[in-house]
Amino acid sequence: MTFKSLQQPRFKQLKTLRAIAIGLAIGFAAPAFADNLPEVQRLIKQGQYPQALEKVDAYLSNKPKDAQGRFLKGLIYTEMNKPAEAIAVFTKLTEDYPELPEPYNNLAVLYAQQKQYDKARTALEMAIRTHPSYAIAYENLGDVYAKMASQAYDKALQLDNANATTQNKLALIRDLITTSGKGNVKPTATAPATTAASPAVAAKPVTTTVAPTASTVTSAQASASTTPAKVAEAKPATAVAPTPTPAPAKADGASEDVAKVIAAWANAWSRKDVKSYLAAYASDFNTPKGMPRKAWEAEREDRIAGKPGKISVTYDEPQISINGDTATAKFRQLYKAPGLTSSTTKTLVLVRSGSKWLIKEENSR
Amino acid sequence: MLGRKFILLGLASCLASGVLAKPSAIHLPAKKPLVQAVEKSNSKKSNLVKAATVAVPFAAVTTAKLASATPVSRLPATVSDSGPEAQLVTIFKEIEANRLNNALQLTEALLRQHPNYRLANLIKGDLLLARRQDIQTFGAMSGAPAEKVADLRAEAIVRLRGYREKPETNNVPRYLLQMQPDQRHAIVVDTKRSRLYLYENDLTNGGRPRFVADYYVTQGKLGAEKLSEGDKKTPIGVYHVTSSVPRQKLADLYGSGAFPINYPNEWDKRQGRNGSGIWLHGTPSNTFARPPKASEGCVVLTNQDLDAVAKSLQVGLTPVIISNSVEWLSFDDWAKERSELNKSIDTWRTDWESRDTERLLKHYSKRFKTSDQSLEQFAAQKKQVNASKEWIKVKTDNLSVFRNPGKEEVVVVTFDQDYRSNNLNNLMKKRQYWLREDGKWKIIYEGNA
Repeated sequence: MTFKSLQQPRFKQLKTLRAIAIGLAIGFAAPAFADNLPEVQRLIKQGQYPQALEKVDAYLSNKPKDAQGRFLKGLIYTEMNKPAEAIAVFTKLTEDYPELPEPYNNLAVLYAQQKQYDKARTALEMAIRTHPSYAIAYENLGDVYAKMASQAYDKALQLDNANATTQNKLALIRDLITTSGKGNVKPTATAPATTAASPAVAAKPVTTTVAPTASTVTSAQASASTTPAKVAEAKPATAVAPTPTPAPAKADGASEDVAKVIAAWANAWSRKDVKSYLAAYASDFNTPKGMPRKAWEAEREDRIAGKPGKISVTYDEPQISINGDTATAKFRQLYKAPGLTSSTTKTLVLVRSGSKWLIKEENSR
Repeated sequence: MLGRKFILLGLASCLASGVLAKPSAIHLPAKKPLVQAVEKSNSKKSNLVKAATVAVPFAAVTTAKLASATPVSRLPATVSDSGPEAQLVTIFKEIEANRLNNALQLTEALLRQHPNYRLANLIKGDLLLARRQDIQTFGAMSGAPAEKVADLRAEAIVRLRGYREKPETNNVPRYLLQMQPDQRHAIVVDTKRSRLYLYENDLTNGGRPRFVADYYVTQGKLGAEKLSEGDKKTPIGVYHVTSSVPRQKLADLYGSGAFPINYPNEWDKRQGRNGSGIWLHGTPSNTFARPPKASEGCVVLTNQDLDAVAKSLQVGLTPVIISNSVEWLSFDDWAKERSELNKSIDTWRTDWESRDTERLLKHYSKRFKTSDQSLEQFAAQKKQVNASKEWIKVKTDNLSVFRNPGKEEVVVVTFDQDYRSNNLNNLMKKRQYWLREDGKWKIIYEGNA
């Protein structure tokens, strides 16, 4: 992948709809959501929009304020070609969560589809105001400017240009929050990848900007993908940097190990593999309310293996910080089982034990 | 990035220098100043922003614009006395100063006033496109029809020039030597500058023309000096408004009104010029203005300008003098030329009253002819008439004297002639064309007006 080939698509107009990872603030800003949202997302991916709408409506009847659910609802309306409804949903979201750039972006996409470029521009400028580093919004704004320019030219030059301007399609953001299902290669943000890989400005230190996406990669598959594993720390980007995959920095080794542990832990939980699940915990694990280890283990076994039906535990990009032999991983966990879905912000404290990382503390809120 | 400013700047500066050559794009090492600008404007923000702007060149530009947009309050839309020229001038100034954001705001304000203004739309297109890519030329859209862009470019140039080069207040157009007292206004068109000047007959100042306003006009597709039917040219000469066609009776093409003028006049006919239907009129509804050269020969104003001018027009009276390039006189020279002609006209009058045919005929050119008489026939008739006269009294009232634009020194003299004699009285409106021959003003045509 060369510098040029990376840059071209940005300035070419055509962009297909694509999934985008979240910006920095959302991980904390979005309220808790239950774990049937991945199901909704799955239905969307399969194109089963009426079913998805039904699911998300059921979900929202319990949590009418939930940003993620409403976001998906807006997305479903968009896919169902109901722009008025979609605009209503995203507009309301921008009012309730003005700090989220994604609803603004998608609002802009919808307005742009209706050729209301002034509104689209305003929405994108809002998205950028809330998130100055929001690459997709910039790209979309560029497209909107181009559209507006084209409209102005049509008026100026009396061009009958109806089809010449239909070329570019703005990028709709598909995910408010990226989830990584088990065995799923994560749709890591394309835009931030481009950001890092297009050092258009000569030899300047570049700090990567999208922290959550950048912090680490969860699954082995993902880290093996072409997406460069990015580090939160400053990293010099050289002018001639066509290197597709920069070698991960040293510190990444540890966080990568921690990420693998979390993946295995969630995976075991989902498979109801209690043995593997419990093996993820350190022997001196701080049990809830200090209950005896044995009682805790029995309770876990009961709640996992004893659960009828399917369990699904997924989580979003964890933020991992390593401090010597202690690692803290913070992420949103989506739990889904028959009759219960829950979304929690989970913090795991892991300790290094030999070559392994084990869970020492587990906190939810 | 900076390259783009020079395109539009190129337009502006070529106006100043009068060079109409296509400006070529100038490329400067753009990245560095740009980034500095961004960093400066975002200096209070975290390095997150900085990093983003460095990493995403386009994003950086937009951020800079947004950032600079916030502190600058929206500029008020300036409204010029007679059109968008003042706004265009400000817009080009902003572009020259690379304040593209302000330029865009001003352009959008102009477009709110005149949504169909094609030139403003073109500038808007350029300013928006410049946010996305470097632009190389005025009307930078790829595949833009060159002819249409050239038209708008020409409009921009003549409008800006018209705005910058207003007529001097102590100069008058040479053509308006004397207006008759009831002619409240006169119109002078400069086809080279695509400009229409409205003058008031300042009776408190001895009938000296006083500048009122000027307007952008469109002329014939193929320019001025009309010769024949269908030549798509605008006539040059001294005319007047002959009628007024109200909007309801007009096709959309003519806009808010139309004022036919008397082309071809006596002089035109004598020169063998033909054609008809030369009007002053407005602009069709699908555009605010038309290019400088676009009509079939008519003089076209924007509708708002036509409406403004219409208030000053008197059907059958208001002179419309169309010139290639207005000649200007100082007040002194104007007064001198006027009194010289007045003297010639008065001598002609008294020599007629003298009943001395030879004295009278000295005022007539060898090339003189009327619509039905040669000089010989005219002279013979005068001799015969004078023989029967005991006395003749001639009064010339409501005299107007307008110099005909062009190389030949011709003036158009119109008056109410009150002729009395022992055996015949006659009242008529007479028009004469006087030509300067060997330093003397001689009548080359006369007839009913």
